[in-house]
Amino acid sequence: MIKTDTLVIGAGPVGIFCVHQLGIIGLKSEVVDNLDKIGGQCIELYPDKPIYDIPAVPDCTGEELTNNLIEQIKAFKTNFHLNERVEEIKKVEKKWITKTNKGTEFESSSIIIAAGVGSFEPRKFSTKEIDKFVGKEILYSIRDKTVFKDKTVCIFGGGDSALDWAIELSNTSKVILVHRRDEFRGMQASIDKVTQLKEEGKIKIYTKYQLDAVQGSEKVESISIKHDDKTIKEIKTDYVLGFFGLIMQLGPIADWGLNLNKKTIPVNTESFETNKEGIFAIGDICSYPGKLKLILSGFHEGALAARGCFKYAKPDEKYRFEFTTSSKIVKDRLGVKE
Amino acid sequence: MPKITYISSEEKITTIEVTNGLTVMEGAVQNDIQGIDADCGGGMACATCHVYVKDDWYDKIPKKTDGEEDMLDMAFEPNKSSRLSCQITVTDELDGLVVKMPSKQG
Repeated sequence: MIKTDTLVIGAGPVGIFCVHQLGIIGLKSEVVDNLDKIGGQCIELYPDKPIYDIPAVPDCTGEELTNNLIEQIKAFKTNFHLNERVEEIKKVEKKWITKTNKGTEFESSSIIIAAGVGSFEPRKFSTKEIDKFVGKEILYSIRDKTVFKDKTVCIFGGGDSALDWAIELSNTSKVILVHRRDEFRGMQASIDKVTQLKEEGKIKIYTKYQLDAVQGSEKVESISIKHDDKTIKEIKTDYVLGFFGLIMQLGPIADWGLNLNKKTIPVNTESFETNKEGIFAIGDICSYPGKLKLILSGFHEGALAARGCFKYAKPDEKYRFEFTTSSKIVKDRLGVKE
Repeated sequence: MPKITYISSEEKITTIEVTNGLTVMEGAVQNDIQGIDADCGGGMACATCHVYVKDDWYDKIPKKTDGEEDMLDMAFEPNKSSRLSCQITVTDELDGLVVKMPSKQG
């Protein structure tokens, strides 16, 4: 059991900055995120795209913003529990006990939910009756590429993951790439490479096709793909890989009794506390009159939520407002040397 | 005000008036029409406001950008009449537009 003052759910920009706000008022925090890296939507959806509305930063990319935020909280040596999704919470006396899907347990006096629109999970095929093959021959991520050696692999998708794996696996496997339209949306170098491999006969490409059906009893034997013009083609394959990007799913948070409204959690605007004592919500996931889904709004929400957590972490102390510019205590917490 | 018709995947038909300048997505969300989630709030970053535009209307509405086409790759069951409703701005010319929602978003 990991004991901390505040558990932050979500390692997006708002969650990270909230760690800073908790840190400067002397609260310890731990962060959980289902992605394999810190940064949330900034790093997953638009690492290279510029953001123009961070105050005092005329422009920066999602990745730069994330790296700067990580730099800003360095002094607090916060633990990030990545690749983990929070599954359940329960209140035991005055503490919240939180458990993740990997079995990690936290005990904290407060929880701040900064989960955006939910945790990222792979988008799946919509084809019916394929469930029994998923995780065996139908995969949405690759853990061990050696299983594909000398096999036929059918890859679906048109982005970087699909292209990168098509290139990589073409060294050891027979690769068929299927995409729903003629254009691919990966990096130009990858598109060029795939085109070259196609010309060399190392990759087969079918465009304007989508998965229609999967045949096989014990394991996948072949698949049918359907063209825009409704014609169907059957392909023998050993594996089917789908790379359609990630979708955001709210997941277990929906079951925590937080009065969800249109996938958002209502909060008060004084401390961003939810209907449950000690549970706060900030960033895209919270709602209140006038809510704007902007990163800058999330920073403000995190600053207030952190103060809201103070009384639960230190019930016998009074929170005192201080500036980072002038407070020696705050500067010590930030590791500032003078 | 232009009238926009939303047809759910169960064929439930709702016609509402949407103010010029709002998007087809905003029209749905503000009027509690189910079937359009718009998780990202209209930023063309999520593909959960995906709709099918009826053939006779598809060519009349402004063309999609590359960014929208890329995002549609990630929609649930996209086809050649797919659009993101956050990218269709309502104008007088769109009076009578009919869009159909997929059986789920994302």
